[in-house]
Amino acid sequence: MSAPAADAAATREGRIWRTLESVLDPEIPVVNVVELGVVRHVRTAGDGRIHVGLTPTYSGCPATEVIEQAVRAALDHAGLDDVMLETVLWPAWSSEWLSESGRRKLEAFGVAIEPRAGTAPACPRCASRNVERIGEFGSTPCKAHYRCRTCREPFDTFKCI
Amino acid sequence: MSTAIAAERPQATVEERFEYTLRLADTSLVAGQRLAEWLGHGPALEEDLALGNIALDLIGQARLLLALAGRIEGRGRDEDALAFWRDAGQFRNVSLAEQPNGDFGQTIVRQCLLDAWQLETYASLAGSLDAELADIAKKAAKECRYHWRYSSGWLVRLGDGTEESHRRIGAAMQDLWRFTDELLTPDGLDARMAECGIGPPPAAVRERWEQRVAGVLEEAKLPLPARPHYPWHGKRGVHTESLGHLLATMQHLPRTYPGVSW
Repeated sequence: MSAPAADAAATREGRIWRTLESVLDPEIPVVNVVELGVVRHVRTAGDGRIHVGLTPTYSGCPATEVIEQAVRAALDHAGLDDVMLETVLWPAWSSEWLSESGRRKLEAFGVAIEPRAGTAPACPRCASRNVERIGEFGSTPCKAHYRCRTCREPFDTFKCI
Repeated sequence: MSTAIAAERPQATVEERFEYTLRLADTSLVAGQRLAEWLGHGPALEEDLALGNIALDLIGQARLLLALAGRIEGRGRDEDALAFWRDAGQFRNVSLAEQPNGDFGQTIVRQCLLDAWQLETYASLAGSLDAELADIAKKAAKECRYHWRYSSGWLVRLGDGTEESHRRIGAAMQDLWRFTDELLTPDGLDARMAECGIGPPPAAVRERWEQRVAGVLEEAKLPLPARPHYPWHGKRGVHTESLGHLLATMQHLPRTYPGVSW
């Protein structure tokens, strides 16, 4: 690729990243799909087309297709209609893929994040560590359900598996 | 891998790879459809959510695997065509997966025995020479490990619970144990896929499964059932009566309104 062509590709990739940052998670609409860690790559292939790699959080997450459609729509609206969407399965998603800003927004929204597999999170309301797990599963495939013993409030947690 | 080793390894045919991928796919699909029957009927809201979420994972795995099977077959069938337009005799799931839900304890026993098998099978398949299958398996293994944590946790609570829960879950274990032989005893295709480096070595899966299940049974204060002898042939398409009823429910809508979408 010539230098000007490479520059043009880089500019276009940057526009795509910014567009993707406007697409919110359909079930937890405080984080965008980049912060959620489901966008794996934006890269220009040999034929000059840009490929966007998306990964599901869980194999059966019903939001996967909604996210794909929302990404496609956002790219179309931005005039970026020559982009290939592809699915990436490995490395598999886990809560470790959440970005720092994503984590902060989730916690502000009231969703905790398990620090490590099987390790209890802090209560997103009162920061107490005195919490108990109510269920391994929550309102979406990526979450488990906890309760704070200090402030007595139940809360969702992004699980780490 | 050196070319010398590659040359020695037998190559699986398209038919063999298709059949084998269907075994994995159909087991996840049928088990997921069974669990979905619990929606709205769980003994508590948390369990309703849990069973529904496990069902979702399993159906998600099935979609990925059925799509892969369709690409291997190369006749233009996608995951929907394979899920909705095959009859019971063309399904390749293990017989355990199609057994009715019964009470919550029976579902937990079925799920526990199946989770242990799926977990060990997928973990082993992470090293498959079929790179697409390996990627699906690595993700699925993580999910199944989490499912196992749930089902084995309940097995212990019910087995080591009240007299009534111990009696009922023990009876469910005795009843469903006869389907485990099919999980662990390889037939010609299982052995062939292992030879070709696509499927896991059956002896290793068996050993890890037995260890895992024996451990949780002990914790649950349940006796290890005697080894079963009756061979089931779900993975060759010979099913118990239950599968037809399950498929009738699952396939009714797309067959009545072909091409229908939300």
